[in-house]
Amino acid sequence: MKFEYTISNLDFSTAGEASSNIKKVLKLLGIDSKIIRRASIAIYEAEINIAIHSYGGKIILYVQENSIKIIALDKGPGINNIDLAMKEGFSTATHEIREMGFGAGMGLPNIKKCSDEFSITSESGKYTRLEIAINI
Amino acid sequence: MNLNQIIKEIHCDIITGEIQQNYNFTKAFSSDLMSDVLAFVKDDQTLLITGLCNQQVIRTAEMIDLKLIIFVRGKNPTNDIIEMAADNDIVLLSTSISMFDATGILYQKGMRGIRV
Repeated sequence: MKFEYTISNLDFSTAGEASSNIKKVLKLLGIDSKIIRRASIAIYEAEINIAIHSYGGKIILYVQENSIKIIALDKGPGINNIDLAMKEGFSTATHEIREMGFGAGMGLPNIKKCSDEFSITSESGKYTRLEIAINI
Repeated sequence: MNLNQIIKEIHCDIITGEIQQNYNFTKAFSSDLMSDVLAFVKDDQTLLITGLCNQQVIRTAEMIDLKLIIFVRGKNPTNDIIEMAADNDIVLLSTSISMFDATGILYQKGMRGIRV
């Protein structure tokens, strides 16, 4: 099964709607609650990242027999140094974003912790593509 | 601690949610950073104490199945935030005291933090 959601940038009132919908879908599909929790955290952090760092993007969810696969793809500035972005506490978020409760530098490391497979590719000035899988 | 005790000890106004007598909490997490809430809160029996008052607080609670949010420093959520919480069966309380005081009072009454 495939589900696709468009994510707007810098729209804090709607950020999280895709994650909320995906969580409801996973519940309806009868996925184990611990798996749903991990998937929800990862998807929500990915959605917030698109909203605060990019010019917009999408989240694609594949629910397969043995895993949940999530692709978060955005157009935007990209990530210059992925190793640095993976360090807990490192953030390029603005003061405004921090005032909204994000930009603590915990997003990507937390997504990785919630995932069984994790990969991130980016081209400066063009895009960021995050791909994760969580075993069911 | 049950919900009624919490309301009494830190002088909360009830913003939304039916007060479930059987709601019990042993752990609390105090933070204005939602990424930290997502990273560190491990179980749904934890209550959240925060001075941040926007939609993303409710979304964060929804993602990790939190049932109770206490807004400190007199923060009162707008109607859209209240509706979002009600849709997700999240109880919202508000108190005029500070995060430090609210946390300290609840700690004194037996509430504990979570391991980070």
